[in-house]
Amino acid sequence: MLAPTLLIVALVVVLPLFAIFWISVKPVGLADLRIPTPSVYERLRGDLTHAGDVAVLQYRISNPSREHAIDGVTLTDDIPPGLSYDLSGTICEQKAQTLFCNFGTWEAGFRDKLVIKVTALLPFNEPPDVRSSMPITTGTSTSNLVNNSFTLDNFKQIFSAQEFGDVLYATAFYTFVGTVGAILVGLFAALMLNQSFFGQGLLRGFLLFPYVAPIIAVAFTWVTLFDPFSGSANALLLQMGLIDSPVNFFGQRGLALVMVTVFEIWRYFPLSFLFILARMQSIDTQMYEAADMDGATPMQKFWYLSIPQLTGILSILFLLRFIWTFNKFDDIFLLTGGNAGTRTLTVNVYEQAFAISNIGGGAAVAVVVFACLLVFSLFFMRFISKEEGL
Amino acid sequence: MSILRQGLLIAVMIGFLWAVVLQFTMTVALAFGTGGGYTPVWLVSGIVGMTSAIIWILYNQTTSPLKLMALQQTLTIALMLSLSFGQPFGVPLTESLGLQISALVVLAYALNYTLRHMLNDITTGLQVRHNAEMAAIKGLLAFGYLFFVAIVLIPFYVMIMTSFKSQQALLLNPLDFSLDWQLGWGLFRSYIELFRDYNFGTYLLNSFVISVLTVLITLLFSAPGAYAVARLKFRGRAFMVRGILLIYMVPLIVLALPIYIVFSILELRNSLVGILLIYPVTTIPVALYMLQGYFRGLPEEVEEAGLMDGLSRFGVVMKITLPLALPALASVSLYVFMIAWNEFLLAFMLLDDPSIFTLTRGVSMLNSSEIPRQHLMAGAVISTLPIMLIFLFLERFMTKGLTAGSVKG
Repeated sequence: MLAPTLLIVALVVVLPLFAIFWISVKPVGLADLRIPTPSVYERLRGDLTHAGDVAVLQYRISNPSREHAIDGVTLTDDIPPGLSYDLSGTICEQKAQTLFCNFGTWEAGFRDKLVIKVTALLPFNEPPDVRSSMPITTGTSTSNLVNNSFTLDNFKQIFSAQEFGDVLYATAFYTFVGTVGAILVGLFAALMLNQSFFGQGLLRGFLLFPYVAPIIAVAFTWVTLFDPFSGSANALLLQMGLIDSPVNFFGQRGLALVMVTVFEIWRYFPLSFLFILARMQSIDTQMYEAADMDGATPMQKFWYLSIPQLTGILSILFLLRFIWTFNKFDDIFLLTGGNAGTRTLTVNVYEQAFAISNIGGGAAVAVVVFACLLVFSLFFMRFISKEEGL
Repeated sequence: MSILRQGLLIAVMIGFLWAVVLQFTMTVALAFGTGGGYTPVWLVSGIVGMTSAIIWILYNQTTSPLKLMALQQTLTIALMLSLSFGQPFGVPLTESLGLQISALVVLAYALNYTLRHMLNDITTGLQVRHNAEMAAIKGLLAFGYLFFVAIVLIPFYVMIMTSFKSQQALLLNPLDFSLDWQLGWGLFRSYIELFRDYNFGTYLLNSFVISVLTVLITLLFSAPGAYAVARLKFRGRAFMVRGILLIYMVPLIVLALPIYIVFSILELRNSLVGILLIYPVTTIPVALYMLQGYFRGLPEEVEEAGLMDGLSRFGVVMKITLPLALPALASVSLYVFMIAWNEFLLAFMLLDDPSIFTLTRGVSMLNSSEIPRQHLMAGAVISTLPIMLIFLFLERFMTKGLTAGSVKG
């Protein structure tokens, strides 16, 4: 049971990773996702109510790709009985009630009309339905996604892009400050909840709300709260005389990056807090009692007793949160869409691939993300194997 | 540094800062509650707090606590009123008199009660380090409670209250969160419209079914796998555990791109089946990792006893291990449910057809300039409420799951 599970997961993870590397060296955009296939549109024009009436069976044929030819194009279609088909001047043949045409190669952007004159052999009350059978086409083509052309342009392009420096800065700032901030705030919350008081359990559950709520709900709430025109935060600050004019919290360069980092701290401090609190509650209380006997002050107890006990969990937390903050995409995407200097590497993957339809560029950024992640993970693995004794 | 341990100085500092904090909190609460133009009068409250603290330090040895409290209380209120020229919250007292007076009384009582607690061991003159630090820590803790409750409460308060407002009211005064009770059921019109016009009933159902199925599929695959990793000895086990961990550290956005491409080609995009295929893949590694940790924590001797008594390996797992691991399974299930319920990126990328959206995808659709804000907030509430209810009722399991699973985030 383990083998298939791992196999499936590995397939779904490793194959995409492979695909990412493959695409990153390919010149592809969104439009290249489909391998071009021949396009056929069929219709019958004319009146066939009497025997001997003549009408026209028309196939509009085209190659939808503007870049790639389609080789070995054939068309097969069932044609209605009771008509005689004039195939002169076409490359098609009729076998019983089947039409077969062999077109060979269609160049990129090729379009044409295949016109067949038909004569009614008997009167038709209703015109025969030519579309009851869909024409079947064959043809092989390549798209940039699968052919043999490789390029390093994607990497060149993203590394030389002017904003790549900004992207790296935003990533570093967001990841580092967000991680450290969430851990510090979490540590403070844990210290606070490590006291026993009325409603402690309730408060503990309450503090987890930011993390448990769907990201989409809390992100949009923050956007609403800090809206420059109808946001309550601006109204409050204005009223208190702390600012003179409304501040565009998520739209102003510099401030926006700080705001998304603050959001990250707000949303993820519960995790650090939960971890740290669990560790704190497992520290032997006798140690503190002994320290009390010796007249240690609260600060001394914190620095010399608690902190050494917590370093292990704090460093694990730091590494884990560092990796996960680095990986974060949804938060920034929902808050600012990566505008105003908040475009981190992960948001850049999306921007490249979907906003400017450069799938190859997006994949190249993804490769950079993955490379960074690999380095962090190796570091983490070395560390955690010591902690977990694996 | 010893000057910092002078009892009076401690009282002055804590009294000043704490009063400012309390006043600020009260003003914000008033502003958010009524939409009135309240502003904090910083300096006045600071001076008042300082005075009250000094009085307590000077007289708490000689006067009865009750008398002292009455004195402090009267003095605080009187000073607040006179020093602020009758505007204790930055607006004339005549404006909603009753509310302001009661707010003032509550503020004064909160201030004096907490000051008393913070300065419990402080006297005039030089303090021992322990007591000085204790006072500072108590001050910090009190600040902490207010701070944390405020930062968590305010966004959720804004979310819920905005969903009950109308567009005009929001633009008119973004601070006014008071409800117009005369509307009655009309308060819920955003919700009614979402369910009636925007298909939110279907989305709710979709999200629920997908989350439950994701949990089932995940458990089906990860429980046996985790057991194998935890119990069976084979070469490369440690490597495998690390591999699992590594796999689930790969960011979703990196995988999302190829998944998008493959799903486009296979025409799985825009279908709930596609979503159901991909969600478990993102949750199986984390479930595997969590469960193998739990299984390793179960004593092996129990299982060996079962084997001795003639049970097969399968029997042992079914009759001993799984029942013992039930709480762990519950935690993992809840955690996976939460991930699936809250998932946004894949739903956003893969679903385009409004008739089959999940809840998160549906809410993101509401974020447009043509749809009023209160609809967006109502959508946010609809998506938050179920997961919150589950969390509140099953907090114990959920918290466990979060702790064990928060290798992910």
